[in-house]
Amino acid sequence: MTDKLTWKDMEVGNIVKEAGNACFRRTGDWRTERPILDKDKCIKCALCWLYCPDASIKPGEDGYYEADLYYCKGCAICARICPVEAISMTEEEER
Amino acid sequence: MSRRVALEASHAVAEATRMADVDVISAYPITPQTHIPERLAEMVAYGDLDAAYIPVESEHSAMSACLGAAAVGARTFTATAGQGLELMHEVVYVASAMRYPVIMAVANRALSAPLSVWGDHSDAMAVRDTGWIQVFCQNSQEAFDLTIWAFRVGEDPQVLLPVMVHLDGFTLSHVTEPVLLPEQSEVDRFLPRYHYRFALNPDQPMTHGAFGPPEIYAETKLAQAVVFDNCKKTILQGWQEFRDIFGRHYNPVEEYRTENAETLLLTIGSFTETAKIVVDARREKGEAVGLISLRLWRPFPFEEFRRAVRGAKTLIVFERAISFGLGGPVVAEVRSALYDEETRPKVASIIGGLGGRDMSEEDFEYVIDRGREVAEKGSDRVLETVGIRGESEALKR
Amino acid sequence: MAITEVKFGDRLLTSKEFLAEGHNFCIGCGEPMAIRMVLKTLGENVIMAMATGCDEVTTTPLPYTSWRIPWMHTLFENTAAEISGVEAGLKILMKKGRIPERRITCIAMAGDGGTSDIGLQALSGALERGHDFVYICLDNEAYMNTGIQRSSSTPYGASTTTAPAGKMSMGQITRKKNIVAIAAAHGIPYVATASPSYHFDLMRKVRKAADTKGPAYVHILTPCPTGWRCGGDITVQIGQLAVQTGVFPLYEIEHGRYRLNADPPRLKPIEEYLKLQGRYRHLTDDHVARIQEMVNEDYAGLKEKAACFPVEAKE
Ligand SMILES: Cc1ncc(C[n+]2csc(CCOP(=O)(O)OP(=O)(O)O)c2C)c(N)n1
Ligand code: SF4
Ligand code: SF4
Ligand code: SF4
Ligand SMILES: [Mg+2]
Repeated sequence: MTDKLTWKDMEVGNIVKEAGNACFRRTGDWRTERPILDKDKCIKCALCWLYCPDASIKPGEDGYYEADLYYCKGCAICARICPVEAISMTEEEER
Repeated sequence: MSRRVALEASHAVAEATRMADVDVISAYPITPQTHIPERLAEMVAYGDLDAAYIPVESEHSAMSACLGAAAVGARTFTATAGQGLELMHEVVYVASAMRYPVIMAVANRALSAPLSVWGDHSDAMAVRDTGWIQVFCQNSQEAFDLTIWAFRVGEDPQVLLPVMVHLDGFTLSHVTEPVLLPEQSEVDRFLPRYHYRFALNPDQPMTHGAFGPPEIYAETKLAQAVVFDNCKKTILQGWQEFRDIFGRHYNPVEEYRTENAETLLLTIGSFTETAKIVVDARREKGEAVGLISLRLWRPFPFEEFRRAVRGAKTLIVFERAISFGLGGPVVAEVRSALYDEETRPKVASIIGGLGGRDMSEEDFEYVIDRGREVAEKGSDRVLETVGIRGESEALKR
Repeated sequence: MAITEVKFGDRLLTSKEFLAEGHNFCIGCGEPMAIRMVLKTLGENVIMAMATGCDEVTTTPLPYTSWRIPWMHTLFENTAAEISGVEAGLKILMKKGRIPERRITCIAMAGDGGTSDIGLQALSGALERGHDFVYICLDNEAYMNTGIQRSSSTPYGASTTTAPAGKMSMGQITRKKNIVAIAAAHGIPYVATASPSYHFDLMRKVRKAADTKGPAYVHILTPCPTGWRCGGDITVQIGQLAVQTGVFPLYEIEHGRYRLNADPPRLKPIEEYLKLQGRYRHLTDDHVARIQEMVNEDYAGLKEKAACFPVEAKE
């Protein structure tokens, strides 16, 4: 997108009006490991959700918290913080 | 109905700011600017002005607080001089690039070292390229008028640029002269209430001041250059409206007795008034001498300037700053403005009035005579100056 | 139906992300973790001014922004001055009836460099003038954005790129500047330290800071895997160890009164904290012993101050 913009596309003072439009940016390709949730173990405490630096863990309709791999950078913080070890990290395959 | 009152130029600026119903004033004291913020603080303290006065701890913070206030949609004002302008230098660029129409009065002052609290234009020249609209005043009335006008132009939705109003330290800032003060209703008619569409507020969560990676920085700068170029229209329109309401007219380049002038003297700021006396005397003697003074400094008034000097044989540029290794900063611009002209005057540069050194009528006599000589024969000096002891011995090696 | 709130312990937190996904913080960075907690606590009625630094650069590469709150950045060292203008501007515009009257929390956020070093003057000015705002320092103990150069907040013994460890150097030879005490010395109503590893404590303090009339200062330790040279997975554990070893105690200073928020019966040896981080790898046993002494001294000093003002049971 950036390389298509001309000076005419610049908003007054280069303001960005579309709040949070960075959510269109994929950061999932930074990842070398991905988190895998074991729903049988999960107690739905939401700690992983609160601690994910990338806000990639989303609350689901079913009450579970799962990583959105479009964003997840694979830091493993969620796996580390989970009190019942319901999240494990597994290596990303070659893409 | 206007009232005629005796006002120091600094107080005229403060009065204009009051009549503009400014919202936030943020300033740090520095001679010779002090009378401006003092007067404003007093107005707030006495309830004559409903504004926030932020007594910041530095000029860097003065301008930074203006940016914050402007971002939420407040009409903002600050004033500074010399070292203060230098200290806030970094922030000055940001105001224009982020399109916050902060209005700033600069009581022009020399730069250290050695420390000098007295006037010249070194501070103004150091902020030439900051993307601010800049004008110079010659007397108290102009200081009042141009301050009101600055709000009108800077805040125009087509412009949204900060404006610097330069007034010479002491020789103007501290001079008391009669000033015609308009009715509040006239000011209100001229200056609409400021409405900033992009004001930060929780209902429209916008991002001000995102950073510019190489793929986009250049585009932001071209956009800024285009806006700066376009603002000229509003500048002229603002002066037109000003005349319609207040009856006084301003021009990007002010001309004085330029009809059929062979020799033109160019000045900036309050010394213009002394120069006019000398021009009168020369005209009396039958010499075809005229005067032009740059009112609008940024954007540079190329068209008006070229028109004003057309037909003159000699143009003598008198200025109050040195660009070391270059000469006079103003004359360098003037020369480049003339380069593409088919016929152009010969240009001489004379520098004086540094660090509060006064310019008498005799000094301007010298400027005209020496200027003609230099324009004709060239100069063997490092700099052509006036009123500096030993100046004739500053020869190029 | 979209989920708008998440039940968390005994409270509900908004599921809204005010710091959007897709930012460029390094893998496992403590800064976005802290920012998410801050903004989930305060919600949308805020305006934030942020200093130049990792948090600003990673969240706003034009034409993108991660912010879903009104947000501004201008420079590195002027954030406290900028928020002064925001606060004064809002107040006067509300007074003049130009914008609707409402409570908006003004937040200034800056790194340790932007706070303890280059931004100290502006911060001091804003605290002294008494603006109603919350200043949050995200302390990762160096200038990370420019490549891990030392700051006055870098702890004794840490290796950075401008105070590197080497044959003739043990890295940082100065003690971490006590910016928390400096903030408190302005006589402002509320000062606190916090850590995202203690989320309830952090959120409570941020809430309290926002509810405080006048200036409030919250100093948050945000581990930086890149600069501290540790795994991105142990950010939370490192933050916990910082508190458990006493090197970064959690406390509040309300109107000059100190209160320790977590006072473990016995502090863990500092070595447990240091050994996880590459920035301390070069330290000898003597250095570690010296650091332990410093921690003990500082902690005892803090306890003494806290003891002067015994406080009822923790909430
Ligand atoms: C006036 C000025 N000096 C230096 C810099 C370069 N600079 C930008 S960010 C930064 C360091 C930021 O450190 P800190 O405040 O601790 O934030 P961090 O990146 O560590 O989160 C420096 C030195 C600058 N942008 N402006
Ligand atoms: S691995 Fe890291 S980025 Fe991915 S979901 Fe877990 S905490 Fe979030
Ligand atoms: S931290 Fe573990 S138990 Fe808690 S919600 Fe996440 S996966 Fe489930
Ligand atoms: S350098 Fe450190 S503070 Fe900066 S983004 Fe990376 S991990 Fe975070
Ligand atoms: Mg830092």
